[in-house]
Amino acid sequence: MTAVPVRVRIPTQLRDLAGGEAEVGVEAGTVAEALAALEAVHPGFAERILDGDGSLRRFVNVFVAEEDVRFLQGLDTELSAGQVVSIVPAVAGGC
Amino acid sequence: MPSVLTSVPSSVSSLRCRECSRTYEAGPAYTCEWCFGPLEAVYDYEAVAATVSRERIAAGPASIWRYAGLLPTTRRPAVDLGAGFTPLVRADRLAAELGLGELWIKDDTRNPTNSFKDRVVAVALSKAAELGFGTVACASTGNLANSVAAHAARAGLNSFVFVPADLEAGKTVTTAVYGGNLVAVEGNYDDVNRLCAELAGEHPWAFVNVNLRPYYAEGSKTLAFETAEQLGWTAPDHVVVPVASGSLLTKIAKGFDELGRVGLLDGEPAVRISGAQAQGCSPVAAAFAEGGDAIRPVKPSTIAKSLAIGNPADGWYALDVVRRSGGALAAVTDDEIVEGIRLLARTEGIFAETAGGVTIATLARLAAAGVVRRDERVVAYVTGHGLKTLDGIAPRVGPSATIAPTIDAFHRAYSTHILEARP
Repeated sequence: MTAVPVRVRIPTQLRDLAGGEAEVGVEAGTVAEALAALEAVHPGFAERILDGDGSLRRFVNVFVAEEDVRFLQGLDTELSAGQVVSIVPAVAGGC
Repeated sequence: MPSVLTSVPSSVSSLRCRECSRTYEAGPAYTCEWCFGPLEAVYDYEAVAATVSRERIAAGPASIWRYAGLLPTTRRPAVDLGAGFTPLVRADRLAAELGLGELWIKDDTRNPTNSFKDRVVAVALSKAAELGFGTVACASTGNLANSVAAHAARAGLNSFVFVPADLEAGKTVTTAVYGGNLVAVEGNYDDVNRLCAELAGEHPWAFVNVNLRPYYAEGSKTLAFETAEQLGWTAPDHVVVPVASGSLLTKIAKGFDELGRVGLLDGEPAVRISGAQAQGCSPVAAAFAEGGDAIRPVKPSTIAKSLAIGNPADGWYALDVVRRSGGALAAVTDDEIVEGIRLLARTEGIFAETAGGVTIATLARLAAAGVVRRDERVVAYVTGHGLKTLDGIAPRVGPSATIAPTIDAFHRAYSTHILEARP
């Protein structure tokens, strides 16, 4: 996959890992590559977001251009230049 | 009796992750910083058991605040419109239609803003005031919007209410009238929810169902507390609960469990918990039917908009509760929902919103399948008023006849059997 520049939105819970930043720019072709690139610049992300077998933790949602990646191709979802990848806690909302 | 209530200290000292058990200070936090699991209020049940009694509860106000010892607030009721202690109605005519024995309806249409959301909002906004927030906010499918706007107005708090732009007119007007900020988001509820989860990181506001969710959700336990008290401090055998995020069902189960733990019930509660969803948004019922653990998010399409959460935060826990209790989950069509609303209205005189139609239609299905049994004492939770969702039912009901204002016209209509008389 060709790596393109994308922006990753960091939830408050993980901003300490990113030096307090709310957004980090990385080069990646897929969501998995974006998370790996994030881990490379700010070690510690992967173990917080992914479970033992490398899939997203149950209570972590990842969105590409406002769409839940579980409606796309999951971690294999391809990225285009300038897209925003948001990491958002899943436990919110509802009645 | 606020003087009695303010003397009761909060029994909640910390929050604990349901997944990895890490503990946190009891502040505005909702997910585990380590694994993103949901945080839950931790109670000292021994301390609660030492102070609560049936007599003290009976002497309390006719609202959720009579159970203050089992709610996660200290300065209570800081924000109060009188939520809770709604009627538990014996529903013999509906029971007869469904072939059931002892059936009760918990009529939560009778809350200050006509849905059960007043329970959770009263708790959340009291907590917000306690934590020093001046602005409250929420992501809502409508009922929560009504309640947050009303309670914020009452308490003099600023409010930001985020709803899907296609919300029913009945729920838009009944939110906007209270004068806070109402933001219509071009997207479905799950879009609104994601936006709010992100906004909660950017603004120092109390989002009742985001950063105050561990407190907010606890308010739903009062539906179990009241049911047991109204049944003479006994738990029912089987309850049917609508499922959107799954939080309500999970907390009703927790409520019965807590009553047992603090010694307010005769014997241990053994309540079968069943869940109701609309087929157009049934990720939890689908997982139940498949027998697996995976809750796959869906894009909702149903008239039951207050249950239209395609990505249910507590879906997994709701599924677990239903299975462990020996209950079931079912999903009903939009036609069944409308029939459910009409059935409840014509047998018991209670007008429910579409979510109530989902509950009654699911009850009917589970009764027909023998899952809800004739020998059980059954409670169905009707959580919102029908006037809020007229769009869903308006095409299906109307005048029996439209006539000129004359006796002849009436008799013509009567004799052509448009009108029916019962003995």
